[in-house]
Amino acid sequence: MGAIYVMWLRQLKRYWRSPARIVASLGQPLLFFVALGFGLGRVFQAAGAGNYLNFLAPGIMAMSIIFTSVFSGMDLIWDRQFGFLKETLVAPVSRVAIMFGRVLGGSTTSTLQGLLVLLLSIALGFRPEHWWGVIAAVGAGLSLAFLFAAFGLFLGTLMRDMQGYPLVMNFVVMPMFFLSGAVFPLDRVASAMRVLAMMDPLTYGVDALRRLLTGNSQFSLLVDLSVTLALSFILLLLAARSFARMQV
Amino acid sequence: MMAAVIEVEHLCKRFGEVMAVKDVTVRVEAGDIFAFLGPNGAGKSTTIKMLTTILRPSSGRMRVNGFDPVTQSYAVRRSFGIVFQDSSLDDDLTAFENMEFHGILYGVAKAERRQRIDTLLAFVELYDRRDSLVREFSGGMKRRLEIARGLLHEPRIIFLDEPTLGLDPQTRNHMWSYLQELNARQGTTVFFTTHYMEEAERVARHIAIIDHGAIVAMGTAQELCAQTNSQSLEQAFLTLTGHEIREGDDGGLERMRNLRKAWRR
Repeated sequence: MGAIYVMWLRQLKRYWRSPARIVASLGQPLLFFVALGFGLGRVFQAAGAGNYLNFLAPGIMAMSIIFTSVFSGMDLIWDRQFGFLKETLVAPVSRVAIMFGRVLGGSTTSTLQGLLVLLLSIALGFRPEHWWGVIAAVGAGLSLAFLFAAFGLFLGTLMRDMQGYPLVMNFVVMPMFFLSGAVFPLDRVASAMRVLAMMDPLTYGVDALRRLLTGNSQFSLLVDLSVTLALSFILLLLAARSFARMQV
Repeated sequence: MMAAVIEVEHLCKRFGEVMAVKDVTVRVEAGDIFAFLGPNGAGKSTTIKMLTTILRPSSGRMRVNGFDPVTQSYAVRRSFGIVFQDSSLDDDLTAFENMEFHGILYGVAKAERRQRIDTLLAFVELYDRRDSLVREFSGGMKRRLEIARGLLHEPRIIFLDEPTLGLDPQTRNHMWSYLQELNARQGTTVFFTTHYMEEAERVARHIAIIDHGAIVAMGTAQELCAQTNSQSLEQAFLTLTGHEIREGDDGGLERMRNLRKAWRR
C-alpha cells in the first residue's frame, strides 16, 4: 500500500510543481479546437451532422488524456537516465505495487489535464448535455488514462533512452487518435475504416466520453468500460513483469 | 570464524562480448568494514549491482545476509542500504520528501521514520535545507542526502559505491566517523568502493583488489603491503594492477546530464 501511495504522490507533486508544463500542454488542444472546431465547424453543420464543437470536445479531451498519460513512460526513462529508477528497483516492495502506483499517478495527472481541456472547451462554447456528465466523464477519463499510462510505462520499461519516444507517438499514438472517431463520426466512414476503429482501444474511451458528455455513442457504456478496464489490467501486468526484468 | 554476511563464489557477468566480471570470489564477515578497490572498469560497480539485485549474474553463486539475490531478491533488498555511484535521488522532490518516500517504501513506521529523518538530516547537516528541492543542491549535498537516505531503514549492510567522490575532506571525515560509529554500535557491515587509497587504508579492516573482473589480492592493508613488498597501500595497488591508465565508463551519463541541463532551461 505504502509503495502505491508514494509512487502516486510523487507523480502528483511533480505535476503541481511544473505549472509551466500544465499551461503549455493546453496549447495543442486549443490549436485543435481552433483549427478543427472553427475551421471545419460550418462544413460539418452544412453536411447535416450537427454542431461540430459538441462532437469534437470529448475527442480532444481524450486526446489530451492519452498524450499526457503515454508520457508516463517517458518519466520512467527519465528516471532510468537520472538515477531514481535504481531507488525503486532496490526497494523491498512488489514490482506490481510500484507499477500500479506509477500508473495511478500518471493517470491522475492526465485526467486532471483532461478536465482542464474539458473546461477549456466549455469556455469555447461546448455545452455538455448534463452538468453531472462532467463528473462522470472524469471517471471515464480516468479509466482511459489508466489504460494509456500502463501502455506508456510498458513501453518505457523496454526502452533505454528517449529517442524511441517520438516514434511511438507518431506511429502508434497518433494513428490511434485519428482512427478512434475522436475527430469524425464513425457511422459515416467506409466499413474497412470502421473495422480499424473497432480494433483501436481508444475508440471505446472516446465513445464513453462522448456518451457521458453529449448522449451520443456507437457502443454501450458497458462495452466501452469493459474493453478499457480489461486492457488496462493486462497492460499493467505486462508493465510490472517487464519492470521486474529491468536491469541498470 | 565469524559468520559471513556476503559470500560470493565465481561470480561472472557478461555483456555481449565483454566480460565485465570474470571470476569474483569474496567473503565478507558480519560487522566488517570492507573496501573494494580497483581501477576504472575493473568490475566494482557491476559486482555491487549484482549483489544488490539490480543486475543478474551470468553465472556464479551469491549470498547476501544468507539470501540469494537472484531467487530471494525481496529478502535481500530488505537487508541492505545502498549509496550508488551516481545520484538516485528525485531532483524534483525536497530533501525531506526523498527521505520520507524512502522510509515509506521500506515500511518504517511513521513516528520512528520522522524521528530518524530529523536525526539523519541533522547529521548530514541538511536539516535547514530539508524543504528545498534537491535540484538546487550541490553535488556534495546530494551525496550527503543519499548517505542519510541509505541509512534510514537501519540496514544490516550498507553498500557505498565511491561514497566520498567529490566530497570535501571535512564531510568525508564526518561521514566516516558516523559510519564507523554505526559499525561499532550496531554491527552494520560496510562494503564500499573507493579510489582513495589512504581512505581504504584508514577505515577498512579488509580490502579486496579487483582488476579485469577478477580478485587479484585480498587481506588487511598490512597483508597487502607485505605481499607486494610495498611501503603503502597505493604502492601495493599499483604493483598489483599495473600503471596502465584505464578508460572511464561514465562518459555517456555525463553527456545525458548536460543534455538535461539544456532541456531544463
